Amino acid sequence: MLWVALFVLALAVVAVLSVTFGARDVAPADIWAGLTGSTDTTSAAAVSKRVPRTILAMLVGAALAVAGAVLQGATRNPLADPQILGINGGAALAIVTGIAFFGLNSASGYIWVGMIGAAGAALFVYAVGSLGRGGPTPLRLALAGAVSAVAFSSLLSAILLPRINVMSVFRFWQVGGVGGATPETILQVLPFLLVGLVVCLASASSLNTLALGDELAAGLGARVRTARVTASAGAVILCGAATAVAGPIGFVGLVVPHICRLLVGVDHRWLLPVSAAGGAILLTVSDIVGRIIARPEEIEVGIVTALIGAPFFIALVRRQRMRAV
Amino acid sequence: MSTVVSEPHVGDALSVVQAGRRRRRRRWALVTGILALTVVAAFAVSLMFGQTFYTPAEVWGVLTGHRVSGASFTVGELRLPRAVTALLTGLCFGMGGVVFQSMLRNALASPDVIGINTGASAAAVFGIVVLGLGETEVSVMAMAAALAVALSIYLLAYRKGGSGPRLILIGIGVAAMCQAVVSYVISRAAEWDLPAAMRWITGNLNDATWDRALPVAGAVIVLGPLLLSLAGRLEILRMGDETAAAVGLPVERSRLLLIVAAVGLLAFGTAAAGPIAFVSFLAGPIAVRLLGPVGSPILPAGLVGALLVLVADFCAQYAFGTRLPVGVITGVLGAPYLVYLLVRSSRSGGTTL
Repeated sequence: MLWVALFVLALAVVAVLSVTFGARDVAPADIWAGLTGSTDTTSAAAVSKRVPRTILAMLVGAALAVAGAVLQGATRNPLADPQILGINGGAALAIVTGIAFFGLNSASGYIWVGMIGAAGAALFVYAVGSLGRGGPTPLRLALAGAVSAVAFSSLLSAILLPRINVMSVFRFWQVGGVGGATPETILQVLPFLLVGLVVCLASASSLNTLALGDELAAGLGARVRTARVTASAGAVILCGAATAVAGPIGFVGLVVPHICRLLVGVDHRWLLPVSAAGGAILLTVSDIVGRIIARPEEIEVGIVTALIGAPFFIALVRRQRMRAV
Repeated sequence: MSTVVSEPHVGDALSVVQAGRRRRRRRWALVTGILALTVVAAFAVSLMFGQTFYTPAEVWGVLTGHRVSGASFTVGELRLPRAVTALLTGLCFGMGGVVFQSMLRNALASPDVIGINTGASAAAVFGIVVLGLGETEVSVMAMAAALAVALSIYLLAYRKGGSGPRLILIGIGVAAMCQAVVSYVISRAAEWDLPAAMRWITGNLNDATWDRALPVAGAVIVLGPLLLSLAGRLEILRMGDETAAAVGLPVERSRLLLIVAAVGLLAFGTAAAGPIAFVSFLAGPIAVRLLGPVGSPILPAGLVGALLVLVADFCAQYAFGTRLPVGVITGVLGAPYLVYLLVRSSRSGGTTL
């Protein structure tokens, strides 16, 4: 309970910071003016741009962190992350294919296609990683994800390179950022995120059972396969929708659940909501850091999370006993 | 008594072993020879065919330094540097890649997956776009970065002895970090820097010149024989660290030496043509499949790599209307091969090389 209260408090603080700092810092009075809809001063206008951005960062961060926690639970793999497993890459490939060949141009179209791509990639990578003796070890899944990601990105360049116009759109999308957020994009992605979140939260207790191992879970009367598929489907909806609006953002899904597990333990009924709050905090803080570290330019949040998250991944790998992996 | 009986047995066994060894050596030489001939044929084809066809006699004339009208420019200045760069980078990627795959005993653990090529790209893109460096400086920077990345992966994975799986996973993490740098720099690139910078994402031979072919030629001449001389140690390392140590091999030193030589080749190859995707990933396993369990796969893998790059570049230039970068073709080839690995691993278990 204590942690939940702390996280909510931190979330509020981060929200205020995110509206305050940027290429131009604003005074509290201007924040109030911006929130009440005034765009008279430059600062107030900056605030009214930063509010949707902050909301989108929080939504995307929460979605990715919950997706990561669910994937880690469902595959019983500590290294599961939408980026590592190539799921973001699959969503990117699907969206670019849609833009280039099917004239895709609406935000909701991006979301649907992104979700299909994410699901396809997740299935493919899981299949590659799990066939053969020994099943889907973290090493195999990570390798299968990395190889698939390279293959996806080659296919993607094959589609992109002859089409300069698509490429100029894509190269800004591919870095992963929330800077382009508007109230409309938020409203479009919100239903998908809510559905994904509900599915994930609903499978929290079956994830707890899965954590006991397949045999024991089945012995306790759990439908192992159904539980795993349902939970993963929720995670894929979250990844696909988040990637469609914000581009591929890596490592939030890896870092946050691990830290939250240290704080609140392994019970998914607590872990998932706390991860959601933690992901929202991490992504918003990364966004703030990206905005102020290279003023007046901005570093997209996807770059910042990769630079924070990859060392974390490496530390995690170093701590693991590799025989178990 | 027993010695008398077993004497002819020993003779038999010896001759069987010797015959087997001869047979394997013949098979290795046969496979390698055929591969080398195919590479030469592909090289010749890529010199002769194109928008205009030149006869072998004309091409030979250019190669031997005579002036042939038309052909001297097209073949001598355009096709020859390109084909030479393709051949050399293919050799580099194939030889360097199979070292990693053999050492880590995993066909998926090729240098393009574990971040070494990505490190070189990140440095090169940074050099081109942010620092505005020229060709040579960029190559040097790419090389230094590849070595630094390989070394840091090795050191990060080293805990009371290196561990293959840990090295691979840490490599994937490092690759993700370098990829973030590449994405960032590309998104900041000015339009006119974009073509040069894009080469460092997919690998491209479209602007191959003699200037860029020379360093990689030097690398192949120096590091190639070094790597081949280490082939025996690699074969022992493949049996596992414990076994290798038990037969008296200095495990860590051999591994470090192999890594440095292989990374050197990969870095020079990447500096010349960008990280041509999946050449390393494909070349090693194909060579091993062709050879069977005989001899060292280093040279055959290099030849397969050269063949792949030559053929893929030829297709990329002429098969699709627009001139695609070679890396796109090889990268797309990687996807079906991954599926094949999957099908095969379900039968024999694992994805060992």
